[in-house]
Amino acid sequence: MSATEQSAVTLKAVNKWYGQFHVLRDINLNVKKGERIVICGPSGSGKSTMIRCINRLEEHQQGDIVVDGIPLTGNLKNIDEVRREVGMVFQHFNLFPHLTVLENCTLAPIWVRKLPKAEAEAVAMKYLTRVKIPEQALKYPGQLSGGQQQRVAIARALCMNPKIMLFDEPTSALDPEMIKEVLDVMVDLAQGGMTMLCVTHEMAFARQVANRVIFMDQGQIVEENEPNEFFKNPKSPRTKLFLEQILH
Amino acid sequence: MVAFVRTQDAPVAPPPANMTGAWAAAKQKFFPTPLSSVAGVIIAALVAWVVWTLIDWAVIRAVWSAPDRELCNAEGAGACWPYAFARFHQFIYGFYPVEERWRVNIVFLLGALSLAALLIPSIPRKGLSALFFFVIYPVLTGILFVGGMFGLTYVETTQWGGLMVTLVLSVTSMVASVPLGILLALGRRSTMPIVSLLSTIFIEVVRGVPLVLVLFMAVNMFPLFMPPGVNPDKLLIVIIGMALFAAAYMAEIIRGGLQAIPKGQYEGAQAVGLSYWKMMGLIVMPQVIKIVIPSIVNHFISLFKDTSLVTVVSILDLLGVVQSSFNDAKWASAQTGNTGYFLLAVVYWLFCFGMSRYSQFIERKLATGHKR
Repeated sequence: MSATEQSAVTLKAVNKWYGQFHVLRDINLNVKKGERIVICGPSGSGKSTMIRCINRLEEHQQGDIVVDGIPLTGNLKNIDEVRREVGMVFQHFNLFPHLTVLENCTLAPIWVRKLPKAEAEAVAMKYLTRVKIPEQALKYPGQLSGGQQQRVAIARALCMNPKIMLFDEPTSALDPEMIKEVLDVMVDLAQGGMTMLCVTHEMAFARQVANRVIFMDQGQIVEENEPNEFFKNPKSPRTKLFLEQILH
Repeated sequence: MVAFVRTQDAPVAPPPANMTGAWAAAKQKFFPTPLSSVAGVIIAALVAWVVWTLIDWAVIRAVWSAPDRELCNAEGAGACWPYAFARFHQFIYGFYPVEERWRVNIVFLLGALSLAALLIPSIPRKGLSALFFFVIYPVLTGILFVGGMFGLTYVETTQWGGLMVTLVLSVTSMVASVPLGILLALGRRSTMPIVSLLSTIFIEVVRGVPLVLVLFMAVNMFPLFMPPGVNPDKLLIVIIGMALFAAAYMAEIIRGGLQAIPKGQYEGAQAVGLSYWKMMGLIVMPQVIKIVIPSIVNHFISLFKDTSLVTVVSILDLLGVVQSSFNDAKWASAQTGNTGYFLLAVVYWLFCFGMSRYSQFIERKLATGHKR
């Protein structure tokens, strides 16, 4: 099956409810290996929920999600396997405050991948250098700026050597002067061929690196297009309204 | 509105004379206003009076050497220290056979050494110290205290007493209460309804009953659940009762700490692929323990003093042994009781103050670099 071999993430007729509230409605999405998807939409549209379903931080109730050939069901083994292959970067970084930057990066490789400590540290330093903060390795997260913390969070995810990276509004909690340093790292990652799904409102970033932009509203995918066409020529009135509001 | 541009810097001057010097500092601290000056003097006089009265009784008027109670009974005599010296060994070992007390000394010495190795941060190999203190040491203590094997004489627990029993009770229940409390706290927060319900019931039932009652019930009712003929050791039942009692409180302390950990920490841990127990052990609990250290030590201090309640089920801990010695015909005098109680207060206070200082030290140490 060449179709599944090429697919990094497949969502087929996915539905999810919070109690009575239908938060994801019939989501169909196929992400090919190496593809970079930007997901945007108004607050509460279900975009974060959707990508959180991909590494099972949220559970879906109907439909199929297949990540890197592994079907996401209640099977705990599959969930662990998926989480090993999928890295995630959060809006609020979620670094571990009681561990140094280096320990944040080596923890999962040592405890989940069973890497020897020296090897895990070498890998961590490689990625900390890639996100341009190797000199902060021995500090604690609380001693770093927001932009630096988010870059550590990216390095921490990369240390697990993931095949897919999920970004959940990675720049939304940052001061304006720090957004660029994080986006630069993400662009660098995209140019390295990483499969990426990014929930973000950074439209310049979307234009620069995305293969596809997805617009969500009220739990549904409303529009999906390549970035130039998406921004220049939005089809749905809801997309038009949204773009008018965020692009001045 | 006139625009202003500074052309010359204002001079940098030393503070005025009435702000510096020892007298200024003293005036600011102790005599800032007339009212507080008066209050300060009165309180200082009161403290001086109390301290003087104690010193007068405990040192100046005290009897330091005497063959029996005669001198202590004299008019105006202070503390009766010869009584304390004469009974000193009993206060520590209770009625443990004299020729076997070296066993207790070894346990005390090993305990002090391994506790120091565990608690002093600059001593390396914490894993090894922990293995010794939490696994090997309790087994060793059991063998040495009880005996009946390896050529050691068997000593019944009814012969144990004094500081030795106080330490066995408090250290065991403290050490056992932490893991039990963590499990109960996690159980209470579990999404599995049965686990959560059982943990909640246990915590609420045990917390809702006075410790004295727990001790009475443990000693008198527990044997009802045993098959006839099986007679479990009283001290052992009391230790188990106290440990479970302590665990219920510890569970609520830990649960309070768990509530302070943001949801993002769990998600961060899950996203990098940690399993539930690794997430709890490596990410959540280290942060929880740091937050709840003051409460844990507070609980330990109160538990240490609560061990004195075992006298109600006729176990002679430190308080019990000291009290029982008051009736000794050789030493019963007007000041014997006072001397015993004073000594008890000093010993309990030293242990509790030590715990308190250590917790403050470790809090400061853990605080570095944890600023968010």
